[in-house]
Amino acid sequence: MSPSLSQGIPLASQVINLCAAIMLLIGFAMLAQRRVLTLINLFMLQGFVLFVSTLIVALTTKQNHLLWSAGLTLLLKVIALPYILHRLIRRLSVKWDIETLLNIPTTMLIGIALVIISFNVAQPISQISGTITRATIGIALACVLLAFLMMITRSKAVPQVIAFLAMENGLFFAATSATYGMPMVVELGIALDVLVGMVILGVFFFQIREQFDSLDIRHMERIKEE
Amino acid sequence: MNFYAFFAQLVALAVALVMAPILNGWVNQCRAWLQNRSAPPLLQTYYTLSKLFHKDVLLAHNASSLFRSAPYIIFSCMALASAIVPSLSTNLIYSPAADAIALVGLFALARVFIALAGMDVGTSFGSLGSRREMLIGFLAEPALLMVFFTASLISRSTSLSTIVETLAHREFVIYPSLAFAGVAFSMVSLAENARVPIDNPTTHLELTMVHEAMILEYSGRHLALIEWAACLKLFAYSCIGLALFFPFGIPEAADPVSLAIAGAILMLKLAVGGFLLALVETISAKMRIFRAPEFLGTAFLLAVLAMLVHLLLEAGQ
Repeated sequence: MSPSLSQGIPLASQVINLCAAIMLLIGFAMLAQRRVLTLINLFMLQGFVLFVSTLIVALTTKQNHLLWSAGLTLLLKVIALPYILHRLIRRLSVKWDIETLLNIPTTMLIGIALVIISFNVAQPISQISGTITRATIGIALACVLLAFLMMITRSKAVPQVIAFLAMENGLFFAATSATYGMPMVVELGIALDVLVGMVILGVFFFQIREQFDSLDIRHMERIKEE
Repeated sequence: MNFYAFFAQLVALAVALVMAPILNGWVNQCRAWLQNRSAPPLLQTYYTLSKLFHKDVLLAHNASSLFRSAPYIIFSCMALASAIVPSLSTNLIYSPAADAIALVGLFALARVFIALAGMDVGTSFGSLGSRREMLIGFLAEPALLMVFFTASLISRSTSLSTIVETLAHREFVIYPSLAFAGVAFSMVSLAENARVPIDNPTTHLELTMVHEAMILEYSGRHLALIEWAACLKLFAYSCIGLALFFPFGIPEAADPVSLAIAGAILMLKLAVGGFLLALVETISAKMRIFRAPEFLGTAFLLAVLAMLVHLLLEAGQ
């Protein structure tokens, strides 16, 4: 009987790894999800997992500024942004909108390829990094790339914005796992940027719908200067 | 030592043969309760089997010898599969002979024969069912293999006994990869056992049948053997799931006392698992057949992710 290689990893690290795996899973679930409402709930769940993992990193490494980041994540990504998004889709009356996606299995296979690429890219970075969460850099990178893929494959405006926000989740996770988070000022700045960006994009949604009677941004490709 | 292994093997086989129809009856009972119907008795599958064994076999005029021999082949494949899976003890006499990959091959052999038998008489429903079965099978098999590969990577062996020993007798470690593999495995086993999201085991509408359509032409003891084999398949899949993902309580020793304890634990786990299966079947609706590739594609994706996550998070440390 051969001994398992994973013995000896501290429990906190194991829980962080579990969180990372769940983040990746949610990334794939968002990629395959057709309904806008479920997409927002998945985004909320991803924010919550991010909060839990940041909290555990903060508590185990005694990095106090990470506690602030975790709190900010909880406030912004689990409560504020989903609330704004829920209100937006209710007022735009796209709550039960179903998007026809092109060939989910193919998108999934591309997603797997992206995961393999990012795992390989992250391997050297993980080796020079000294944090307890270094193994999760690859997963964070994969989350960013999956959100990218989602932005490319979607044609409606709301899912694209959710993909953008999910990408920010991935970046934040990468920062936490590679260097125990960015300086507080940068983090606050990004958080505010995301919030303000969300508000501006919300206004955009209404403008787009008023102009084209639809939130399908493929209409925007045909805009010409008069 | 060797005598005990032989003894444990016999007990495991007997338990599988006896318990499989009861497990099926239990799932049906739970489903009836959840759907607010009055439940059939727990031993209903036995009554059905004995009724079928007493009836005469009616064969189509153009049925070949393959049609007549297929039920025996399928039944023995499934009985052998349930004997290989370490459900009561890891000290089994068969276990060095057949590993996880051989197990998948055994299931594939049974599938080929049931599909051929479905096409043998030449009715349109039979060949329709066979084609659908092969479509589902060819999508489910890679996902099942990937699940086994993940478990094998963790324990560094494809032998089921070694996998169970490694997973059951270690200090507590969270394996994210096993969680992924577990979800993938549940999806595959729903599809392979002709359960609700893919196929409805109680359907009477020929156009939606998959498994039932292939065995429409069977009667008498042939049908009884096939029904029993289906129960054994469900039992084998449940035991694989329990052995890979909830292996606690499966002893390495094979003496009567530990076998009895392991048997009691197995009953408990199967009862809970059967209830969960009934719950899944009740809350989900049957998919269109063309959605099945998507469902099984997701299972394959999860299994591949399990392997990747294992390589990244668990192996490199």
